[in-house]
Amino acid sequence: MTAPARSVASGVPRVLWIPAALALALVTLPIAGLLLRTDFARLPALLTSDASLNAVRLSLLTAGLSTVLCVLLGVPLAVVLARSTLPFVRVVRAVVLLPLVLPPVVGGFALLFSLGRRGFLGYVLDVTAGVQVPFTTAAVVIAQTFVAMPFLVISVEGALRAMGDDYERVAATLGARPATVFSRVTCPLLLPALASGVVLSFARALGEFGATITFAGSLEGVTRTLPLEVYAQADADVDSAVALSLLLIVIAIVVIVAARPRAIEGARA
Amino acid sequence: MSGLRAEVRLRRDGLALDVTLDVPDGGVLAVLGPNGSGKSTLLDCLAGLLRPDDASIYIGSRSVAELPPPDRRVGLLRQDPLLFPHLSVLDNVAFGPRSRGSDTRQARDVARRWLAEIGVAEFADRRPARLSGGQAQRAALARALATDPALLLLDEPLAALDVDAAPAMRAALRTVLRQQRAVRVAVVVTHDPLDAISLADDVLVLAEGHVVERGPTRAVLAAPRTGFTARIAGLNLVAGEATADGLRVDGHALTGVLADDAVAGDPAVAVFPPRAVSVFPADDEPHGSPRNTASATIAALEPHGAVVRLRTRDDRPGWTSGIAADLTAAAVADLGIDVDSEVLLSVKAAAVDIHPALRRSPAP
Repeated sequence: MTAPARSVASGVPRVLWIPAALALALVTLPIAGLLLRTDFARLPALLTSDASLNAVRLSLLTAGLSTVLCVLLGVPLAVVLARSTLPFVRVVRAVVLLPLVLPPVVGGFALLFSLGRRGFLGYVLDVTAGVQVPFTTAAVVIAQTFVAMPFLVISVEGALRAMGDDYERVAATLGARPATVFSRVTCPLLLPALASGVVLSFARALGEFGATITFAGSLEGVTRTLPLEVYAQADADVDSAVALSLLLIVIAIVVIVAARPRAIEGARA
Repeated sequence: MSGLRAEVRLRRDGLALDVTLDVPDGGVLAVLGPNGSGKSTLLDCLAGLLRPDDASIYIGSRSVAELPPPDRRVGLLRQDPLLFPHLSVLDNVAFGPRSRGSDTRQARDVARRWLAEIGVAEFADRRPARLSGGQAQRAALARALATDPALLLLDEPLAALDVDAAPAMRAALRTVLRQQRAVRVAVVVTHDPLDAISLADDVLVLAEGHVVERGPTRAVLAAPRTGFTARIAGLNLVAGEATADGLRVDGHALTGVLADDAVAGDPAVAVFPPRAVSVFPADDEPHGSPRNTASATIAALEPHGAVVRLRTRDDRPGWTSGIAADLTAAAVADLGIDVDSEVLLSVKAAAVDIHPALRRSPAP
């Protein structure tokens, strides 16, 4: 027997190396291009400009809030989807996953025509409470929650299905009521999947662009999050746009490192 | 009225379950049956995890058929211990008492007592992932008992354990089932006739959701009336009292190999396959181990696959009463034997396993 590592490597057909290398280049070369274009001398100044700081602050706030919303609404939804035996649950699951495959800009339009002033919900809110949702920070949070929630639901629902209900049934025979079973058995067992779902949906919320710009616009300090700021600066100040892009890349790498490998596995499950 | 009385009817996924069972107070019932016969479904109905179409279930004088699982006071132990992985062994066992309203300290006291009782106290602070299969299963037994269940359901509790781990678990189960104060009534699902012999007073054989045989364990297993029971239990079972080197049956000795947990003086069962029994003419000289040679009268001869199975009458004392022996058709012809013939039977001591049997005093 020779070294196992070598025998495994020789098992990959050589012809696969070429497209594999191309794929890797496709991911790494643009990042390298961005790094080459970066004006490192002005980086601190660019990142601490008022507009940048406003965008960072707003992004962290909205992404944080929408992640909290994802957890508060998404976990119960995942439990219902995984545990309910009602016939329409399969349809509901398909609907819930819609934002995952829908172009975000379409999602933004959908939000605009439901919660906007001329939308049916927006009209009711405007008339009854005098509340106008579009083009506010709240609209940013709603748009981000809309696109990010499926990540959390998939992650948690997959874990619930993989876990089965054996632990919960045993807990019931031990005398635990459904609420106790949920808090003392289901939730602790879900923590790893919940953590990866949180990281993934936070990352998705942070990167949200299409739905936000359609539904919330791009008002500095109110709705202009980091990706929108990058887009706004792309014409006005390319150096600033590059610097902010670099910041988003660093955040993305932190997210991957923090969530690896569970988030990746969780998303696949 | 006490004990367990249940009538369960359920139609689901091609299974039509229709079972009536009656276990006296302090009794242990073994449920045997092939895969898909509805054994586990029956236990789930008793535990309240499945809702049957039609059921009447009484534990003692309580009707539990309409109660959700937490209110039934039914303990359930499956093949998989299913210890909660995020809790220590101690907190796993304390889970039941806590769910029933004890505070943390009381619940842990109860848990420690049960872990000690089952002999796994040393693992109290471990996570379940750091236990072996046998240790985890015993901890799960302690957890099921810590809720003081009125009915204990055991679903193949030994099936997932390897040969080394099973004896300790079987011993733990026997200890528990012998203690009337610990468990009032128990139902154990198993495919191993030895478990039925060593743990249960009565057996019930299920096939396709229906009861095909029921009765005292040894009577059913020694004289099976259905193909399934015969296949799983086609063994000679001789009841008696364990001795240092075998079994005493009605004052006659049978030499055998004692199982690790068999104790001289305790009730025991000798188990040996019909093909291990040799048949000689009644006037022949003794063969093999002289102590394991005795006379018998043939009650029946019937074809059994490629061999002829001979059954002896059960009207005389000793181990040769009511047992089976397999021999070839040629041997039957050579011996010139038929029903009512006198023969000598002999069995090698090495082929006879002596297992402890359960003897429970009937409930007062």
